[in-house]
Amino acid sequence: MTAKTKPFSFFRLINFFPPMLQQAIILPLLALALTLLISAVLLVITGYNPVTAYRYMWEGVFGNSRVFTEVLLKSTPLILVGTGIAVAFRCGVWNIGAEGQFYAGAVLATWVGIHLAGLPPFLTISVVFLAGFIGGGAWAVIPGWLKVRLKVNEVVSTIMLNYIMIGLTSFLVTGPMQEAKKVFPQTDEIVVAARLPNILPPTRLNIGFLIAVLVAIIAAIILFRTPLGYAIRTVGQNPETARYAGMKVNQSIIIAMLLSGGAAGLAGAIEVSGLTWRMFATISPGYGFDGIAVALLASNNPLGTILSGFLFGALRASSELMQMNARIPSVLFKIIQGLAIAFIIAFSLLSRKVASEKIADRAEAVPTTGS
Amino acid sequence: MEASTRLQLIGISKTFPGGVQANKDISLTVKRGEIHCLLGENGAGKSTLMSILYGEYHADSGEIWLDGQKATINTPKGAISHGIGMVHQHFMLVPTLSVAENIIMGMRPLASFLWYMKDIEKDIAEFAAKRGMKINPSALVSTLSVGEQQRVEIIKALYRGVDLLILDEPTAVLTPQETRDLFETLRNLAKQGFSIILITHKMNEVMEVADRVSVLRDGRMIDTLPISEVTPSSLARMMVGREVSFNQEKNDTPCGEPILKVEDLTLIGEKGRPLLKNISLKVCSGEIVGVAGVDGNGQSQLAFCVTGLMKPTSGRIWIEKNDLTGKSPLEFLKAGVGHIPEDRHAMGLVLEDPVAYNFLLQRYRDNYFKWFGFLNIKTIFEHARRLVKVFDVRTSSVKTPAANLSGGNQQKIIVGREIDRNPRLLVAVQPTRGLDIGATEYIHKQLIQQRERGAAILLISTELEEIMALSDRILVMFEGRIIGETDSDRANIDKIGLWMAGMQPEEAKQT
Repeated sequence: MTAKTKPFSFFRLINFFPPMLQQAIILPLLALALTLLISAVLLVITGYNPVTAYRYMWEGVFGNSRVFTEVLLKSTPLILVGTGIAVAFRCGVWNIGAEGQFYAGAVLATWVGIHLAGLPPFLTISVVFLAGFIGGGAWAVIPGWLKVRLKVNEVVSTIMLNYIMIGLTSFLVTGPMQEAKKVFPQTDEIVVAARLPNILPPTRLNIGFLIAVLVAIIAAIILFRTPLGYAIRTVGQNPETARYAGMKVNQSIIIAMLLSGGAAGLAGAIEVSGLTWRMFATISPGYGFDGIAVALLASNNPLGTILSGFLFGALRASSELMQMNARIPSVLFKIIQGLAIAFIIAFSLLSRKVASEKIADRAEAVPTTGS
Repeated sequence: MEASTRLQLIGISKTFPGGVQANKDISLTVKRGEIHCLLGENGAGKSTLMSILYGEYHADSGEIWLDGQKATINTPKGAISHGIGMVHQHFMLVPTLSVAENIIMGMRPLASFLWYMKDIEKDIAEFAAKRGMKINPSALVSTLSVGEQQRVEIIKALYRGVDLLILDEPTAVLTPQETRDLFETLRNLAKQGFSIILITHKMNEVMEVADRVSVLRDGRMIDTLPISEVTPSSLARMMVGREVSFNQEKNDTPCGEPILKVEDLTLIGEKGRPLLKNISLKVCSGEIVGVAGVDGNGQSQLAFCVTGLMKPTSGRIWIEKNDLTGKSPLEFLKAGVGHIPEDRHAMGLVLEDPVAYNFLLQRYRDNYFKWFGFLNIKTIFEHARRLVKVFDVRTSSVKTPAANLSGGNQQKIIVGREIDRNPRLLVAVQPTRGLDIGATEYIHKQLIQQRERGAAILLISTELEEIMALSDRILVMFEGRIIGETDSDRANIDKIGLWMAGMQPEEAKQT
């Protein structure tokens, strides 16, 4: 190892940017660029033309206002779920239960949306959103509480609660909450006042995307600019130091889970009130799991989930188009998603390594072995 | 008879990636049968130099000569085959194996394909006895005391035919008695013709055991001198490059109101093991009470109890007039308790966070740092910049992550933060562990200033010198109890040493 190794100077360059900018924009874009490069090689090996493939991909995202708005619609839940997961991860809680929390929020929002009559649209929608937040939040507080009271590992409990909630939803839409006609396994439509206004006819675009962006910004402000967020982050980085500093570790974990699940539940509410207007068993194509990738790609920075949520939304939407037009299997999307996360993790490890080399720059800290 | 030269290092230089020059043109001669101390502050390059000799690092330039022959050492294994062995600061023993199994680990079977443990154990016991060391080869390592484990490490090295032994800070984990035993062993070995290199930053040890001493500073060899030609203060001057005072100047401040009162404190750990037994103590305003003892005798638990981080099983804790028994750490903070924790990385710092936020920590809800309920980043950074200046924290900016600072500067952040809160009671646990002389001196000055300001200070340390230099009263802990108490004017290191080993001075006289 010499001091002049090339790749390290590259990461020194990245470290030149403030951490916020790194996490929110530079690292995700860099990871994506490298991923597309490697995917191109994969495409060539498997006999496809990467130029054609990526052209279809580009057109699937920016081709016209219809496809672009579809991308925005797809990114909306990803941004919200990713933001929520980022908050939990920052607190050191591995919330893998966003899928269940999404369903919980969607169910409660649908129930409220069906039965809430006679209020003006703005109020109705607010109540529906609140229901979504509470539904998702409550479903996330359960594993949070189990963790702090009984030391139940939250990875296990959140995954289990996913299955419980998805199963519960299937039961509800075929039983107590099934539509009046009793034909399909779905609920009735929510009242008109509970539906999000369309802002760009003839596309399906509603204000959900803007709300998602707003929530991401608010979450970033809470995390990085309030005492509450400072406590949440300190608990996540070093719970012992947090306790030492008089922070209420258990309370911070519960609050982080409430916010985390609340964001996922809000995503469910927006999906219902903006697009589907009703609830059915397969309302989420796995937003809760993709959200983990979104949060990781953004280095658990809520602001970064806006871009990374959009990137994954775009990949998802365009890979479907790519399959139709260029006959390239849409599993490529999965590969790209996996590679992007692998790169992000590699980047963060390497940039940490560069940071620790900076420590060695200080004359006082000469590395020693055996001690 | 002039002893022959065992080892000669000529012009060793080593630069680490990142540009730190740890060794600059170092030359060193070690004779047969001598104890040679390698003295220097943390980061002076002692460990690096020895790692090069032991084959763990490679020198950029320079030569190693052994018994007048030029040698190339690329791996620890190569070093051992040249007769060089090293005992690291952290022992490399398998606790679940026996002493004998640990010693022969990695060696070839003696006679045949199979091990005959009985023979080997006998051989090892004889081998050790011949070199003046007592050991039970069939004992499990996990049942041994720290001093005995160290002995196993030494035998392990010698058993491989080593005659040049390097010991890296061997006394850091020992009681005064164990240290004396170790030195006795080393002197014995030297008499038998073994060469010993002792890495240390403690001057009293050098004075006690060394034949010759080499002082390193900033990666350079300052001088090598026979022990008859040095004094502790001349050594200190060479180490630091300037005059240092050993005894901190203290004004006599009258002992004021009791600030901390602990009554009959008992703490039962997991599995019903008592960690603290019936501890009662009092610390008054303007007083430093030192708690001495070998690591792991309940000092950490005591510190956690009087800061609210652990809840005692029984007993009471008062801070001034407030009974805080069973209250949360936050209540202790509010009552004016400051805490310099034992392990600054595990508790007390958020390494990934910028320096500025590490100065904030307990005060994050103060109105001073808030702006309409939001954190006021500007005030946080201004506050940090002020404290960085006041407490002389060397950092390129307050935005630098705390992890990028040296240990001494990280400790200054903690000390500065705690002192800036004007605590009524300051609990300082191992406040200078792993710090160099400069930083240690600085932190000692700060503690004394707090004492003069009227704070009550509970100083918990395993460094006896530190306790002796700072305390007004000294308590010694052993197995969760306070075994002895003495005023610092009447303190005597032998008495304290016996207490640390769990003996009463009277008992010791009888045996």
